This record gives sequence, C-alpha cells and structure tokens, in this order.
Amino acid sequence: MNRLFFLLPLLLFAAMAGYFFVRLGDDASVVPSALIDKPVPQIDAPPLIEGKSGIKTADFTGEVKVLNVWASWCVPCRAEHPLVSRLAQTEGVPVYGLNWKDKKQAAVAWLNELGDPYAQIGFDESGRNGIELGVYGVPETYIIDKDGRIRYKRVGPLSPTILKDEVLPLIRELKQ
Amino acid sequence: MKSFVSSIFLAAALLLGAAQASLAVQPDEVLDDPVLEKRARVLSQELRCLVCQNQSIDDSNAELAKDLRVIVRERLVEGDTDDEVLDFVVARYGDYVLLRPPVKPGTYALWFGPAAILLIAGTGIFFWMRRQSKQAVAESSAPAAKGGGLSAAEQARLAALMSEDDAAARDAGGSDRKG
Amino acid sequence: MIDGFSIAEIGHFTLVLALCVAAVQAIVPMVGAARNDAAMMAVAPATAVAQFAVLVISFAALVHAFVTSDFSVLNVVQNSHSLKPMLYKVSGAWGNHEGSLLLWVTVLALFGALVAFFGRNLPPGLKARTLSVQALISVGFLLFMLFTSNPFTRAFPPPLEGGDLNPLLQDPGLAFHPPMLYLGYVGLSISFSFAVAALIEGKVDAAWARYVRPWTLLAWICLTAGIMLGSWWAYYELGWGGFWFWDPVENASFMPWLSATALLHSAIVVEKRDTLKSWTILLAIIGFSFSLIGTFLVRSGVLTSVHAFATDPERGVFILMLLVVAIGGSLALYAWRAPTMQGGGLFRPISREGALVLNNLLLTVASAVVLIGTLYPLFLEVTGGDKVSVGPPFFNMTFVPLMIPLFIAMGVGPYLSWKRADLYAAMSRLKVALAVTVVAAGISLVLLYGDSGYAVIGLALSAWLIAAAFSELLQRAGLGRTPVRNIPGRLFGLPRSTWGMTLAHMGVGVLVAGATGASLLTTEVITVMKPKETIQVGPHQLEFLGAEEVRGPNYVALRGNFAVRDEAGGKPVALMSPENRRYVARGQETTEAAILSGLFRDVYIALGDPDGEGGITVRAYRKPLAPWLWWGTVIMVIGGLVSLSDRRLRVGAPKANRSAPAGPRAGPRAEPAPAE
Repeated sequence: MNRLFFLLPLLLFAAMAGYFFVRLGDDASVVPSALIDKPVPQIDAPPLIEGKSGIKTADFTGEVKVLNVWASWCVPCRAEHPLVSRLAQTEGVPVYGLNWKDKKQAAVAWLNELGDPYAQIGFDESGRNGIELGVYGVPETYIIDKDGRIRYKRVGPLSPTILKDEVLPLIRELKQ
Repeated sequence: MKSFVSSIFLAAALLLGAAQASLAVQPDEVLDDPVLEKRARVLSQELRCLVCQNQSIDDSNAELAKDLRVIVRERLVEGDTDDEVLDFVVARYGDYVLLRPPVKPGTYALWFGPAAILLIAGTGIFFWMRRQSKQAVAESSAPAAKGGGLSAAEQARLAALMSEDDAAARDAGGSDRKG
Repeated sequence: MIDGFSIAEIGHFTLVLALCVAAVQAIVPMVGAARNDAAMMAVAPATAVAQFAVLVISFAALVHAFVTSDFSVLNVVQNSHSLKPMLYKVSGAWGNHEGSLLLWVTVLALFGALVAFFGRNLPPGLKARTLSVQALISVGFLLFMLFTSNPFTRAFPPPLEGGDLNPLLQDPGLAFHPPMLYLGYVGLSISFSFAVAALIEGKVDAAWARYVRPWTLLAWICLTAGIMLGSWWAYYELGWGGFWFWDPVENASFMPWLSATALLHSAIVVEKRDTLKSWTILLAIIGFSFSLIGTFLVRSGVLTSVHAFATDPERGVFILMLLVVAIGGSLALYAWRAPTMQGGGLFRPISREGALVLNNLLLTVASAVVLIGTLYPLFLEVTGGDKVSVGPPFFNMTFVPLMIPLFIAMGVGPYLSWKRADLYAAMSRLKVALAVTVVAAGISLVLLYGDSGYAVIGLALSAWLIAAAFSELLQRAGLGRTPVRNIPGRLFGLPRSTWGMTLAHMGVGVLVAGATGASLLTTEVITVMKPKETIQVGPHQLEFLGAEEVRGPNYVALRGNFAVRDEAGGKPVALMSPENRRYVARGQETTEAAILSGLFRDVYIALGDPDGEGGITVRAYRKPLAPWLWWGTVIMVIGGLVSLSDRRLRVGAPKANRSAPAGPRAGPRAEPAPAE
C-alpha cells in the first residue's frame, strides 16, 4: 500500500512526459475557430475593385465556397497565392477574398502583380468584418458549405500538402 | 519547417503592431464615463491578445488588441453587461481568448485541482502525524510496560540523557524558553 | 598567431573534450563507490575540476567570437551586430539557444567543481556518487549540444554583418538575468545529485541534510536574484510597470524556486530531527526536475511564450528524452529505495516541525497549482478537448489564497520549539507583532477606504511578517529578560543562520508590501500632452518640457523631457526623460520608460506616439511601494548570504555531542582493500 505512494511521482511524470511527446511538433500558437459548423456571421465588406462585388453574409449560400483572408503587406499570403489561384481556376471552386486591414491602392497593385483569382473581394480596412469571423492574422482560409455554414478554417498559408490532405477532400465531400 | 512558416505568419501579424510603437490604451480610446472606462480596463485584462505571446489586450501594443479594446468599449457604451461583452468576444474567438478559463467540464480539473490537492495532501499529512503520535505514545509508555526493569541508577541516567536531548534540541532549534 | 578561426575551433574541440571528461566522471567514481575503491572515487573531484576548466575555455571561445564579431561563426551572425555596445556583444553570447546551453553546462560543471573544492569534508562515497550523477547530467546536455545545438557551427562564406540581437535584450538587467538565473536553476542540480547519490547509497541522515543545505541555499540565492532581475527588467522595459505575468517560462523559473524554498526548510527538519527524509529526497529531485522541465518548455515549442527560443521539434524530442532519463530514472530509483528510508524523530503537530510541514504543504501545493495552470492548456488540447487559455486571473485566484496561511505561519513558526511547542506561549510572545499588524491594518483601512480591500490584507500581512521576524530576533537577543543596553551586543552575537532567517522572512514581508502597492494601488494618467502642459499624478505635478530626437550607438530615439514638482509652481525635484527607440538593424522599436524611484514610491512615465499636432501621448503612473519589490528581494538575498556564511553550516559532519540521531555516519570509510 505504502509502495504505491512512492510510485506516484513517477507515474505522474510519465503521464506528463506522454502529453509532451504527443504535443511536440504542433504549433502552439494556432487558435482554433469558434465558428466551425456555425453559419457565416454578419459581414458586409464593400468592393475593393470597380466591377467586382464586395462580400456579404448572404453571398455564401448556394454552393461550396472558399473565403481567403489576405493583405498586400503579408508575406505568406504572397507565398500561398499560387495555391489560391489553383483552387479557383484548376479546381473550379469559387474563392472569395477579404482584404484585411490594407490600403486600397496597395491591395489593387498586389492583385495586378500576382493575378486576381477571386470571384468577389471585400475590402475590410478597419478589420471589423475580420473580427466577426474571428480573424486574428493573415492569411486565413475558410471553407463554407452550401448552407452557408463554416466547416473549416486554416490559419496560416496553404501548402500543397494541406490542399491535398484537407482542403480538396473536404470540398469534394461537401459538394455531394 | 512548419514552425518557421508560422513564425513568419505571426511576424506578419506582429509587424502591424510593431510599426505603431504605441503603448497599450491610447488617450483617444479612453471613454468619457469613468465608471465605464474602469469596467473596460478590467474586462480588457481578462481578454488575451491573440497575436502576442501571453499578454492581455489591455497591455498589448498590437493592432488587433487595439481593435478589441475599442470593441469592448463600444459594447459597454451600448449597454452590455460585463458577461455580455466577454460573450461577444468569445463567440468570435472561442474560449481561448479568455485569460480566466471558463468553469466547464473540461476545466473542472483545473479549477478544482488545487483545492483537491490541498485536501488530499493535508489529509495524508494528518493521518501520518496521527500515526506518528500514536507511535510516540506507545514508545513513551513502553519502558513502563517492559516491567520497569530499570534500576534507580539507570533511571537517573535515562532522565539525564533525555533532558540533555531536550536541551540540545532547544539549542539547535534556537528558540529561547524560560525555565 | 591564433586567429578567430582557430579560437572557434578550440571552442568546439573543448566541448567534445568536456564530453569525454564528463563521461569518465560519470562512470569511474560510481563504480569506485560501489567497490569502495578510493582511487576510483578520487577520480571524481579531479575530473569535476577538469570538466569545469575545459568548459570555461569553450565558453570563453564563444564570448571571444562575439566580442570580435567573428561572423564565420553562425551563432554570432544570427545574434550579433558590429554596432552593438560591447556589453551586449558579450551578453549576446548567452542570449540565444545554443549559447545559453553552453552557459548551462558550464554552470553545471562549475557546481561540480565547487563541490570538489569545498566538499573536502564529504564522505568519499557520497562525494563520488554525487559528482558522478552531476556528470551524467552534463553528458546528456553535452550530447544534446553536439548533436543538435552546436554554438560553434560555422557560416560559410562568412557574411559581412550580423543580424543583431533583439533590442529588447540590449539591456543591463537582461544581460545579467540569464547567468544569475542559471546559477540558481542549474545549481539545484547539486541537490538533485546529492539526493540521487543518497538513494543509491541507501541512506539519508542528518549529515546528508547538513551537506545538502549550503548548496541548496546557494542555488536558492541565485535563483531569487535571477528571478528578481527578470522581473525588474520587465518592470522598467515593457512600458507599463508590470512585473509578473504568469508567463509559462516565468512559471518555469518560479516552480524550482518554490521547491527550493520548501527544500531548504524540510532539510532543516531532517538535520535536526531525523524525520521527513524520503520527502526531502523527493523535493530535491522535484526541484531540479522543474528546472529541466523549464528548459524543455522554453526550447521545444510546446507552449507559446515571450521567452521561447526558436523552436525545433527535433531538439524538443532530444530534451524530452533527457527528461525521461533524468527525471524518470531518479523517480524510479526513489520509488524503489525511498520506502526503506524512514525516519525516527517524532513530533507533535504543534511544533517547529509541524510548522515546517505546513510550510512544505503550502509551498508544494502552490508549485502544483502553478504547474497545473501552466500545462493545462497543453493537456486539454492533447486529450482532444478544446483550447483554453490560463492567464493571470486564474493564478491570482488560486495561488494567492495559498500564500496567506503561509505568511501567517511564517510569523509564528520561528517561535515554536522543536518536538512539542506551547502555542499559547508562542502567541503571547507575538503580542507586540500582532499589535503592530492590527495598527497597520487599521491605518491602511483608513487610507485606502473604498479603494482596495485586498490591499489592506496585503499590507497587514507585510506588517505581520516584518514585525514577527524582527520581534523574534529581539527576543532571542534577550528582550524582556536582560537590560536593554545588553541587547545590541547580544544581537550581534546571535548565530548568522538566525540572522539569515530573520532577514529572509523580513524580506518577504517587504516584497509583499511592494507587490501589493505596485499591483493594487497604482494611479494612472493617460493623456496627450503639448509642451508646457502639466498633469497631476497623485501628489506629483508633471510638466512636459518638449520632445527631441536623440541618437544612440545603434538606434535613433524620440525623447520627451518632464519636470517633476511636488507642489504646483515649486522647484522641480527631478527631470525625467522617457524615450522611444528605433533600432537600426531590425527596425524594431522599444519603449524606455523613465522611473523616479523614491523610498516609498515610483513615478513612472512612458511615451506613446506623437499626435502630429505637436502633442505626444503620455502614460504616467504613481506606484506606491513599488521599490519595495526590489528591496524586499535584496533583503532576502542578503539573508541567504548571511546564512550561507554561517560556519556551522559548512563544517562537514555534525559534532558528536549534538543531538545527532543515533544512525550510522554517512559514507563508508575508504580504505584500500587488503591484498589477498
């Protein structure tokens, strides 16, 4: 009986070490979304470019869409841009953009330089629409289903692996 | 690799904050009503700055922290209660944004753990000390139980040794006592 | 001529050499102790000193590379810049992951060498085993460095300029914070090694406790100073006068401190009363285990923190393996051997021992609280739950209530005698201290009426601690029993360990007052000011004299000048000049607040942004009692040093006629085996 007490510290340590081991390699700074499975919140971002609409909550029902939050001052956004374009063009998924805390001129110049894959772009200079979505940095990418519910959020830039393992399978599944 | 990329991401978010070089609450954020402002400060200290590492939005220079501070004040001016303000932010960012974790089944171990540990350890010590003093009682009565086989000289010697022991214990403990 | 290239090579070579020496030190003396072979055991002190010497050379090589801005060394490239002031070039050597690890192992070796040098009275077997365990830890860390974190990796071709150290770290307080902290953190390794050695030997007695205490005390002193330096740095550097944030890495240094404090107290019980033995061994293991866990947390990326070094899962796995071997191994040894180490000293609950048990209970639960709070988000996430955040509000609600009974007990404890104490007698001797406390509580209640109830409690506890400690000292010097004129003489005749205890407890009291004032009683004014305007902060009037641009060695700054007056229109009592700096290399910006420190308060000014119309944002504070945060810690450190200097503690074995337990002396006599 007494022996058990003496074993306790070792057992507690083993449990702690186990948790550490499982956690290694994860990114501790990622905050999970509070809006998964919830409908797209109240957003209303005016257009960035003439001729292309801004984005509103109502825009997100009807088909599976991707919402990509970006800014011209954001370096990883630049890195993931080809993948966003690939989603829009090759895969044929409507990708909407939310230009977050940016200056119109810089954002337009960025799109002219890299290409514009977005079906619609909302201009969120103040960041209020971002706050409604729970955006805390850029880039962030959301997948929204036909009923207008957010089903997935990616914090940080997309990568080919993420596209292959998470984004595309989910989109396919949601399209059914 | 992943951590490298995400640190760039974080840096991108932080860059926006660093460019300001401002300190936390700005004069233009301060509300006119001191009662509301005090509530705003207290609430801000309960909310985490998500792009910082372990700061509240009250303490942080980051742009996002400022945005949230402004939102807290707006909601207070609109008449929200403290809980409603916090719920507003939690609805968008999740429980992680609260620096005081909510009390829910997932955090029972966290909130009740300390008291439980104190109780268990305290009880353990209590029983250990009781066993100890039973032992002490048993031992002090043992010589008599053994039939008092000590001679007068031996008893005197025992008494002398014991008082010397006590005296030495007092010295070593260092506390002065009269008599 | 030896050039930079070869000095860095020497640095690398000595690192490998240190590994070899450590390996020898780990194996030979341990075998020697098992066989009772004096020659093999004598290898321990020799290799300990050698290992230290070799590592000093290695560390010097790294510092040399930084001082000469040797950009052929990758570490220097990443963490230095030729424009940096010399002090920060030097401190840059340990302001990064690899360099700080080199500091770690050097301090580890330093303590081993100190034991070898000063531990001449130690029984050879215990000394051999202790140094051997110490070397085992070194081997682990040296392997870690050589495989994953070598500070001497080259950069080829060498770039022309370095990337500059984070400007936040270019600061005197922060230059000295890591070395001091490491002296404490890593110093606890000796207590750990003693404990493991005792477990291997199979015996713990009063002699062991007496050997362990000075080393634990030394580590505790350094850890106290190190934590204080970090806290002080945060106070003046981060711009709003915060000094403790319950950040995971701060907690990682606080847990060893709490354990070390508990260990200091329980070791007293082992020494005087031959009880609490297996608990004290466990504490010694736990203390250093917390240090190791802290190292893991900072370098593995498992938790986010302002302190975290660049993270890398490969390094994380290696350190975790180190933890498993060192902590898991020692705890397994504990589970196996400790049951046989039961003590003999008996005591009643109301006694000095009882008070010390209470002390240990509260401190241990407090460390558990800090541990749970720090690691809970991790546990919850791993078990598939969601992500929660545990911040200052949690710790304030759970940690502080534990400290209140602890502080009360700290006042009473020294008045209790060993084995069995008369509580009423003790309380009657505490009459004066109680009266002082009540008066202090009353005064604060009146002054702070409506402001903060917690502050009244904090100040009352502070008064209690100081009054009880001081009163106990005076009573020991004969207050109430001898004529007053005899007392000063007797006071100075009291043993140093008594003075040490009194000073340390008083220091805690002063610290508590400082923490109360700085956290709860601060007055804050945030506003935009134009030149010639004034604001009132508490009893002080601050006049803004204007802003100017200033150039520093590697930065450009906007400086604001303020005149401080204690009465409107009177003469200024001080000039305060806060700055906002922009550093050249990384473009990073820092706030340098201006602090006016008095005996009873700090005035604190930090600048914000100019508003473009000639005005500038100003945040001004009056922080009552804030300087007592630092003075309190200094008094605690002095108390520790005074206690450490007590010769009685440093004599090897306890004297035969003291109330030493009847158990056998520690350590076998090492005699050469007779020839067969």
